[in-house]
This record gives sequence, C-alpha cells and structure tokens, in this order.
Amino acid sequence: MITMLERLGRWTMNVVGEMGRMLIFVVSSVAWLFRPPFRVVQIVKQLHFIGYKSTFVVVLTAAFTGMVLALQGYYTLRKFGSEGLLGSAVALSMIRELGPVLAALMVTARAGSAMTAEIGIMRITEQIDALDTMAVNPLQYLIAPKLVAGLIGVPLLVAIFDVVGIYGGHLVGVELLGVNAGSYWNSIASSVEWKDVYGGILKSISFGLIVSWVCTYKGFYTRMSAEGLGTATTEAVVLSSVLILVWDYFLTSVLL
Amino acid sequence: MIKLVGVTKTLGGHPVLRGVDLVIPPRKLTTIIGRSGEGKSVLLKHMIGLMQPDSGEVWVDGMEISRLRGRALNDVRKRFAMLFQGAALFDSLTVFENVAFPLRERLRMKGPEVTGRVEEKLEQVGLAGMGHKFPAELSGGMRKRAGLARALVMQPEIILFDEPTTGLDPLMAKSIHDLITGMQRKFGFTAVMVSHEIPEIFGISDYVAMLKGGRIALMAEPLEFQRTQDPDIQEFISVGGTVSLRAVSPSG
Repeated sequence: MITMLERLGRWTMNVVGEMGRMLIFVVSSVAWLFRPPFRVVQIVKQLHFIGYKSTFVVVLTAAFTGMVLALQGYYTLRKFGSEGLLGSAVALSMIRELGPVLAALMVTARAGSAMTAEIGIMRITEQIDALDTMAVNPLQYLIAPKLVAGLIGVPLLVAIFDVVGIYGGHLVGVELLGVNAGSYWNSIASSVEWKDVYGGILKSISFGLIVSWVCTYKGFYTRMSAEGLGTATTEAVVLSSVLILVWDYFLTSVLL
Repeated sequence: MIKLVGVTKTLGGHPVLRGVDLVIPPRKLTTIIGRSGEGKSVLLKHMIGLMQPDSGEVWVDGMEISRLRGRALNDVRKRFAMLFQGAALFDSLTVFENVAFPLRERLRMKGPEVTGRVEEKLEQVGLAGMGHKFPAELSGGMRKRAGLARALVMQPEIILFDEPTTGLDPLMAKSIHDLITGMQRKFGFTAVMVSHEIPEIFGISDYVAMLKGGRIALMAEPLEFQRTQDPDIQEFISVGGTVSLRAVSPSG
C-alpha cells in the first residue's frame, strides 16, 4: 500500500515538475523575444519551414477533407431535400472545426516532429552547449523564432485549409453531384458569421503555440541517446496531437 | 586564473565529482587526464558554467561563477571558447558560417571584416578554401580543425579543449596537438585540455592534473608528474605508454 502511494506521489511530482519546466521554458523563450538582438531572419526561416513547406500536405488534406464532407453531406441532406445547404455544412465544418484541427495535426506530423528531431540532435551533439559557450542564448536563437513561426504559420495554413476545403466540397457537390452552384455559395454567405471565422482563428493561433511549444520543449530536453531522441519525437507528436484535441474541446465549449 | 574549490556533482544518483580542488594557472596549457567516466568533461563544463556544482565554488579571475545566470554568466563566457569532443559544429551552416558565427552573433560584425578574420583562422588551421563545405562533408580531423578555428576566432582569454584528438589517427592527433600548442604559445591564452593522449601530453603541457575518484589526485609539471610514486597514477601513465613495455612474441 505504501509502495503504491509512493509511486503515485513520485508520478505526481514528476508530472507537476514537468509542467513547471514546460511553463518556465515557454515564458523564458517569449521573454527573450523582446530582448535584442531581434532574430528576424531566424523567424523568416522558420516561417518558411513550418508554413511554406507544409503548404502542399495541408492543401492535399484540405481538398480531400472538403470532398469527402461534400460526399457524405450530400447523401445525408438529400434525405431531407436540403441539398442546397451543402455549402453551409461544408464551410461551417471546415471553418469551425476541421480546418484548425486537421491543419494543426498535419503541421505536427510534418514540421513538429522535424523540429523535435532537429533540436534533439543539436542537444546530443552538444551544439546547444556550443551556443551557450558563445554567450548566445539557445532559447532566443533556437526556440523563440519557432514559437513565433508557429503562431503566425498555423493560422495562415488554416486559412488555406478552409478555402481549399470549401472548393473541394464545391468540386464534388456542384461539379460531380449536381448541386446548384448559386445555392452552394449562397448558403455559405448566409450561414457563416464573423464569430465562426473568429473562433477558427483563435483556435489556430492556440494550436500553433501548442505545436511549436511542445515540439521544441521535447527536443530541447532530449535524453542524450539515439533512443532518447526517438522517444522525444514520439512523445512530441503524441502530446501535441492529444493537447490539440483536448484544447479544441475546451475552446469549442467556450466559444459556442 | 580559474580556481575550483570543493566542487561536488552527482549525476543520475552517481557521485561524479567528490570535492575537486584545482587551480588552473593563467596563460599556460594544463591537461587533465583520468580514466573514462571519471568526470573530466563534467569538470570542464563546470569551468564555463554549462553545469552548476551541487556544492563548492568555481572562480574565474576573482569572480565566483557557479551561481551566476543570464547576462552575468554570458559576460563571463565571453572570455571563454570551447572545443567540444565532436567539434559541435552547426550542421546547417557551412564551415565559413560556423567560424563566422561568434563574430556575427557576439560582436555583430559584418561584411569584409568577418570574411578577413574567418579566412585568416581557416588558413591557420589548414582549412583554407574549405569554407563552403558543410560539416557533414568533412573528415573527423577537419571537423576538429574547423572547431578550433571557431574557438580561436574570437581571440578568447581561455580555451577549453574536450578530448580534441579522440578518434583521430596518430598523425592527425599530432597535427591537432601542434596546432593547439602553437596557437597557445602565439596568443598566450589559458588552455585547459582533457586528453587521453599519453605520453604525448607530457611533451606539450605546462601542467598535468589527474582526476581520480572524483578528486584531483595530482597536479604537477610533466616531469614531476611522471616521477610520482602513486602506484595508480604510475600504472595509468605506464599503460598509456610513458614506460616502454617489452614486446611479447605470440608464443609468449
């Protein structure tokens, strides 16, 4: 009994300690953002990596998500004779939920895992120590630009996801299944409100922070072995994905 | 002068340093030897504030640095450079950019001034014309040379060398040793080197210190060091090659 309590206590202490370290990590990184020298070039490089290089996979995912939504939605709405609302169903699903969540998950898989691996290798090969010895703060040079790039890049990708998804729905609904184009676009214009868009933007900004925060943290504190790096990368992807879904639920319940 | 007083450090529940007292004389080359896993690299990292002792003090020219953080610690580190065991070059940057990195980041230097200093250092370490290559394209010895150029480019007062010749063939190891000693004599920086290269280190060091059981067992000038009566130290440096061993034929 005492052993079990000891284990529970140790586990709790570890979890609380890890959460504290994560918080200090992100607060310190953000604080370094506002101290010179300002790393504009690093931010642009990271935006290119997280944003531009994720565009293809995001567009691909968005197109097929929109297409399958239209396909499913069409046959469901037809039962009630409401095919004209297909545009509204696709657009609201995209803007409110699927755009932010799926785009963030794709960024986690493509860029988040790479961020963890890159920083983890830098830790193992003492490149982060080398930065320290040159009096260059690794949080300022390595982490802060990635956080900013996540905060800017993910919302932009979500916007692309939404637009491409809606056009994917149009392709299947209007071009293939014969829904009237006017009613498709009209139903979008009449049903999508500013608060839907605003909610989607809010979600995507917070997801961008989650992805870059978790993935850089896991890389920065990688254990000094190849196995440790593998574990860190897996943990980063799993934790980011779970946090995105959990946080999505909380945000949705607040925003609705 | 670097001075460590009663430094202790436990890593993963295992005590590595158990009260290290050590004084590194200024403008000399001091080599730290010891068995693998004794904590030589850990000791080196305490000198530059990459690790903090559990207890004890680390002094750099009259300033206790073991409790310093942030800008104050960075100010101390600006006097240092370190050559890591694997050179720790940034693999996303070319050799030129690696060597230029501290000039651009720390001194905010730009343009021809950077080019001039970087090319001068690359030439001094025998890497002239290699600036465009990435670290992955270099051999182990060339990587160490590039790391050395990066350490030297800021003309620091103190340079720490963590096993600079590990994994290199004897000729390459000798050329790295020659580079280090040549630069040290030329620029007069304080050098602390962790090395396993026995007996070579006795020919190039001003002082040799041995870490044993988490403490400095002996620190002396090379000749005096080799005359020690401590059987453990004698065995360690003998096996390393100082005392010539009789060749034994395969038949015994």
